[in-house]
Amino acid sequence: MNDLSNLSALELRDAIAGGTVSAVRAVDAYLEAIARREPAVGAYNEVLAERAMEQAAAIDRKRQSGRPIGPLGGLPLAIKDNLCTSYGRTTCASKMLANFQAPYTATAVARLEAAGAIVLGKTNMDEFAMGSSTENSGFRPTANPWDASRVPGGSSGGSAAAVSARLCAAALGSDTGGSIRQPAAFCGVVGMKPTYGRVSRFGLVAYGSSLDQIGPVTQNVADCALLLGAIAGGDPADSTCLDRPVGDYLIELEKPIEHLRVGLPREFFSQALDAEIASSIRLAAEVYQSLGATIVDVSLPHSRIDVDGEGKVSSYAVACYYIVAMAEASSNLARYDGVHYGHRTARDVEDIVDLYCKTREEGFGSEVKRRILLGTYALSSGYYDAYYLKALRVRRLIKNDFDAAFGHCDLLLCPVAPTTAFRLGEKTADPLTMYLEDIYTISVNLAGLPGLSLPAGLSKTGLPIGMQLIGPVFSEDRLLRAGRMYEKASGVSGLRPEMTKK
Amino acid sequence: MIDAADNVTPVIGLEIHVELATATKMFCRCRNHFGDPPNTNVCPVCIGMPGVLPVMNAKAVELALKVGTALNCTVAEFTKWDRKGYYYPDLPKNYQISQYDLPLSLNGWLEAPLAEGAVKKIRIRRAHLEEDAGKNVHDHPAHTGVDLNRAGVPLLEIVTEPDMNAVEEVMSLARAMHRLVRWLGASEANMQMGQMRFEPNINLHIAHGGAIHKTPIVEVKNLNSFRALERTVEYEIHRQYEAWQADPDGFRLEKMGKQNRGYDDAREQTVFQREKEEAHDYRYFPDPDLVGVVVDRPWRERIRAGIGELPLARRGRYMDGYKLTFKEADALTQDAATGDLLDSAVAAGADAKRCVNLLLGRGAAIANERGCSIAQIGITPAALAELAGMLSGGTINATAAAKVFDTVVLESGSPMVIAREQGLLAVRDGGAIEAWVDTAIAANPQAVADVQAGGKQQKKAFGFLMGQVMQLSRGTAEPGEVQRLLRSKLGIPVTD
Amino acid sequence: MSRTIEPDMVRHIAKLSRIELSEEQLATFGRQLADILEYFDKLAELDTTNVEPLAHAVEIHNVLAEDTPRPSLSADAALANAPQRDGDFFMVPKVIGDSL
Ligand SMILES: [Zn+2]
Repeated sequence: MNDLSNLSALELRDAIAGGTVSAVRAVDAYLEAIARREPAVGAYNEVLAERAMEQAAAIDRKRQSGRPIGPLGGLPLAIKDNLCTSYGRTTCASKMLANFQAPYTATAVARLEAAGAIVLGKTNMDEFAMGSSTENSGFRPTANPWDASRVPGGSSGGSAAAVSARLCAAALGSDTGGSIRQPAAFCGVVGMKPTYGRVSRFGLVAYGSSLDQIGPVTQNVADCALLLGAIAGGDPADSTCLDRPVGDYLIELEKPIEHLRVGLPREFFSQALDAEIASSIRLAAEVYQSLGATIVDVSLPHSRIDVDGEGKVSSYAVACYYIVAMAEASSNLARYDGVHYGHRTARDVEDIVDLYCKTREEGFGSEVKRRILLGTYALSSGYYDAYYLKALRVRRLIKNDFDAAFGHCDLLLCPVAPTTAFRLGEKTADPLTMYLEDIYTISVNLAGLPGLSLPAGLSKTGLPIGMQLIGPVFSEDRLLRAGRMYEKASGVSGLRPEMTKK
Repeated sequence: MIDAADNVTPVIGLEIHVELATATKMFCRCRNHFGDPPNTNVCPVCIGMPGVLPVMNAKAVELALKVGTALNCTVAEFTKWDRKGYYYPDLPKNYQISQYDLPLSLNGWLEAPLAEGAVKKIRIRRAHLEEDAGKNVHDHPAHTGVDLNRAGVPLLEIVTEPDMNAVEEVMSLARAMHRLVRWLGASEANMQMGQMRFEPNINLHIAHGGAIHKTPIVEVKNLNSFRALERTVEYEIHRQYEAWQADPDGFRLEKMGKQNRGYDDAREQTVFQREKEEAHDYRYFPDPDLVGVVVDRPWRERIRAGIGELPLARRGRYMDGYKLTFKEADALTQDAATGDLLDSAVAAGADAKRCVNLLLGRGAAIANERGCSIAQIGITPAALAELAGMLSGGTINATAAAKVFDTVVLESGSPMVIAREQGLLAVRDGGAIEAWVDTAIAANPQAVADVQAGGKQQKKAFGFLMGQVMQLSRGTAEPGEVQRLLRSKLGIPVTD
Repeated sequence: MSRTIEPDMVRHIAKLSRIELSEEQLATFGRQLADILEYFDKLAELDTTNVEPLAHAVEIHNVLAEDTPRPSLSADAALANAPQRDGDFFMVPKVIGDSL
């Protein structure tokens, strides 16, 4: 089998560095996997085959001449299509940017490339990262590699599906309210949303700027540590990115954390949660207990999930998150107006206002329009205090809850999503049901914390179940080590859907 | 004409936009430079491309703090950035990064000089930093072209209270502000380049029949010259008065609110502007891409220490210390560098009055020809002090000194050396002067006769002969010696 | 008890957002917006008196850059993605004046 899908990114990195596999062969193998499996998955918006092969050849020449090829030397990676690259197109899966060619590369991507990685292509997503299923892509949906009738999650659905289907060694996604962690859970891979300010956002097309972070989507925890180490760290081009030293996340990865206190937020185990997922999380808690950890009951009152008599689910955090994200989005997306770049209407226009209105009507999909309208409403005069400002105050309460919880434990263990991957079309009719996909992930973005999503096994129907570890700011090393502890003890790691085994 | 019985008080406030004199833009490192080919000082950040982020310019913050402090404002300990949303093609992100509820500076004042020495304190409501918009170019009939070179240039918006009650006060405040920002090096404030722009808001309070009638407040945007500002305020005062006279009950602030009018440069009057169909709703909110600025005490003190003496204080010092007239002191405090030049020359030991005569004589004339400040004509404090010293010591006389001044400005160098090389040093040698006197007497018998005849023509004829001798000496002859010799040779009394 | 948003309000918000909406879209969005806003109203249950708003998750300050020029794009690179250009200008339908 020319397919290298049995190798993790770290293993492939070592194989290339050791000379047993050439970078050209690695890229070639993934291009072949793409040719075979991509039609059924639809993970990529653009595959940059030619450029990837050239880069691979350059890496091989470097290695042959004895020069260092970098910590990611020769690794073929996939990049979410909202990360700008000075080659290919950066579309955000939107008709608005279908032909946009950025004259710059996102810092995170540039850092991967500087570390020797090769960009295989740009992955599909919900348009402008707005969605939880990748069905909001302006181009086409992506299938879940575990079951083609199901969604891969979103918005980084293309990246998660690509890693799951072994169409790349690892990938980058972005997470505003769960957009890395939830698709990672749906696709049986590992995904991390780093602390706000850990990874530069320069070149990440903004959705909710105070919430957005770029993070790795990988086959296992070690791969996640490898990628995070390459992309983390201060950047003069991003004022909100902190110039804090970045450790080597791999060095202590295998060392278990002693006297670990694992908190279970009691509000997350309400009847809104699928029973099978609930028991998986409790099982995971038992695994940690068996490793000497203490399980602590903690409370996040403002992240509470209520279910009323009619089964209607509600949460302060969801309301707070959507107000903040939509308000910021309404402003961030104002620039797409058909003047300086991007789509412009071909219809006759009366004046500049008409040009704006028609261009934006044509260029944006329904969900994007809905969020722009709601965000505009929340910021408009007369409603600002009741919605936007109120949400910022609740945001403080949510953050305070986490601060208090971390007084009693080192990290939190909880679900990633209320269900396993749902069927394509199942939740598209009602936007609110889709918003509830994020109930376990959004608080983390509101509080700026790091969150790690990793597989906790498979459901009875054979679909991946994810679990989430949440830590205080800049505790990525702790989350990765704790994640690795679980992987080793449970044996749940490197899950592969059937399609990759043929 | 305004009816004196109506007791009309114009009430005028100003918004002043000042582009700061930084090397780069507010939030990206493109050059802040006027007059380059379109869209050459632009980058992904100032084009507002997807995924880019602003990073604030330290120098712009520093200059804005300087102006705020010089305007006697309270400098905020914490200031932050907000987005102001509106759609226009010269604003690529369709929001402007500005400051809404926590501006950099609040509650200050600036003295507007009125008649000689008098001032009126105009309160400053706030001064905040923001980014400028690009330029829309309208030279095509069917469409508009957009140049983003100016987009993102740091802009300081200064807002006064409506404390001005006459066009003279408005003009004085505007000029004082112009002088101040240039003085501080905060802005070139070149109005042709749009580096300083005015936006007056004007209405009238009319005491009429025992009540105060207020006319609708009119705001006029984007005035690019002192003249436009002056004409706008004058025109509006009269227009509003006439409109009120025509309809004293309808033309009222309570009924019509605020209005925008434009300025028609060719007709020098304001014109009606169609109201936007929707009310402005800028949807301000904190910019999540930028962090706040904490201005701590050491920073505030450093800014204060860096400001030095301000124009009006210096003008007072010149009048008291150097014994200059108001006019002289005022002329020398139009910019900081000219006064600095004078002060340095005085510090080097020169007599202030002699320096001032040189600077406001040939210095002002050359500056005027070149359209620059006196300091910019290129004389060093050392050269100025040396030349003033030569005048004081009698080594040169005023006429020759003017010539030396011109040469120093053109070619630089030491005044003493130049004067010597060009033979412009004062000549006291009796022999040389006697020869010039003899020549002048021989060549002008009529003047000699007039002098000797006494009477009405004597004084004029004597002056003429003095002038002839000075001309023969190319201005170098010591005038006292010339006079003494002329008198003795013509046989008239040596003393007056 | 579902609330509604007046069509005029939706129209106003759409105008502020510069998005053209058909009558049909107006009705659909109006309904959906009302549902979502009702959901958002849940926040009113919380007493937030004396709670400081939190706009940035990680509260830092004074990130300033040196005032030193860096290379800009060429006009061609700047205009490479422009839907319509007139020489080295971005081209739009006629507008009046500058915004500032
Ligand atoms: Zn720029």
